[in-house]
Amino acid sequence: MRQPIRAGEMMICEIDPDTLLDEVTKLKYSEWRLMQICATKTGEDSYEVLYTFGHGYRLRSIRLKISGEAKLSSITSIYPIAYLYENEMHDLFGIEIDMINIDFKGGLFRTGVKAPFK
Amino acid sequence: MSKISVVPYGPQHPVLPEPVHLDLVLQDEKIVSAIPSIGFIHRGLEKLVEKRDYKEMVFVAERICGICSFGHGMGYCEAVENVMKVEVPDRAKYLRTIFQEMSRLHSHTLWLGLAADAFGYESLFMQTWRIREKILDMLEMATGGRVIFSIVDVGGLRKDVPDEMLAEFAKRLKDLREDYNRITAAFLEDDAVKSRLCGVGVLTIEQANDLGCCGPFLRASGVRRDSRMTDYEAYAKLDFEPVVSHDGDSYARCVVRIKEIYQSIDLIEQAIAQIPAGDVCTPVKGMPDGEYLARVEQPRGEALYYVKGNGTKNLERFRVRTPTFANIPGLVEVLKGQDFADVGTLILTIDPCISCTER
Repeated sequence: MRQPIRAGEMMICEIDPDTLLDEVTKLKYSEWRLMQICATKTGEDSYEVLYTFGHGYRLRSIRLKISGEAKLSSITSIYPIAYLYENEMHDLFGIEIDMINIDFKGGLFRTGVKAPFK
Repeated sequence: MSKISVVPYGPQHPVLPEPVHLDLVLQDEKIVSAIPSIGFIHRGLEKLVEKRDYKEMVFVAERICGICSFGHGMGYCEAVENVMKVEVPDRAKYLRTIFQEMSRLHSHTLWLGLAADAFGYESLFMQTWRIREKILDMLEMATGGRVIFSIVDVGGLRKDVPDEMLAEFAKRLKDLREDYNRITAAFLEDDAVKSRLCGVGVLTIEQANDLGCCGPFLRASGVRRDSRMTDYEAYAKLDFEPVVSHDGDSYARCVVRIKEIYQSIDLIEQAIAQIPAGDVCTPVKGMPDGEYLARVEQPRGEALYYVKGNGTKNLERFRVRTPTFANIPGLVEVLKGQDFADVGTLILTIDPCISCTER
């Protein structure tokens, strides 16, 4: 019988928003692939953003906390495919993202209410 | 002199089963670039965690999609069970595996039919979906539902499937294998089909990795990655290897899905042969407090289910990253340089599920 691989060990590293690009660059050079970006509303005007990466079947996540007014740096200069996740985060939560490579400017999700998850 | 034009493709188009929009930049008949946009059927299901408790959310998760509904319910339950440290009985794990593989069977069969229809082979479409009905009949026999089964629950399953019924499934699967032998030959050997698929929309192994693709779309480019190799449900106890092809074209994607159909039949047969007796549900007490990211290999690829609980009956966050969402950058890449006439078939080769993607 083959050896099973552990599925969902969640290794989360809390980081400062200012170090986001440095941390993501390190992961990119270590050949981790971007799997998802997830925003969660944690307070009236605060959010946490979880970036999940995969290497083979292993998972690793980094998390940062931001306020509603803050502008988050886009990671599309490192992982170009992040544009979908970042536009989704902007359209659903209203989080402002700086320098997305393909910025739909609120037009990725055609929601009746602006930023419905805000 | 060549002419540049922008052609809007979708959201309503005869070849698209669901609404997705692409702005195609064409140089004469060749595609230069494609810009996707979605959001025509966004329902905000993830937001419902604020109104539905974590047990009711199983039904919501199942309604993310009408094809891989069981997998969504199972992925959600996996995540909540891991947060709450619930040990699911072995029999339930095997039954979940059987239902998930039957879902893959009918999903891949549905795709074969849609593909046949897209390249104008309507009798093949009809024959393929005739086989799919037989799988849906089995699912209806076991669960009472053909599309949404509502059998999965946090802690296991809502009801058991008798051993006699599983034996009947094993018998029917033998007949299904014969049915598949007849129709898959048309997909793999017919010259007209091959002319529409071979060498069209090639995605290299490097591109597939860099663009974060998943599922048959990824494996058709030679990447040997399948979440079923991890230890969820009963997959660790079953003998199988990921199906891989190396050409990366539309034909390779078709070959991978056809081989996965036979693999699913084999996995169901193994699971039926091994399934232990016992309960199918563990009573669940308390409220979820913590977070977990579950992974499920859905028919279209790896889906991620992130759950975060705060000790109340309502979750703080439920997020689903669906395979089609991950495959959109790959689709945009394969469209480049292709003929406008191939766009419909190429979109179908990623087996898009837009209701999953938009949730």
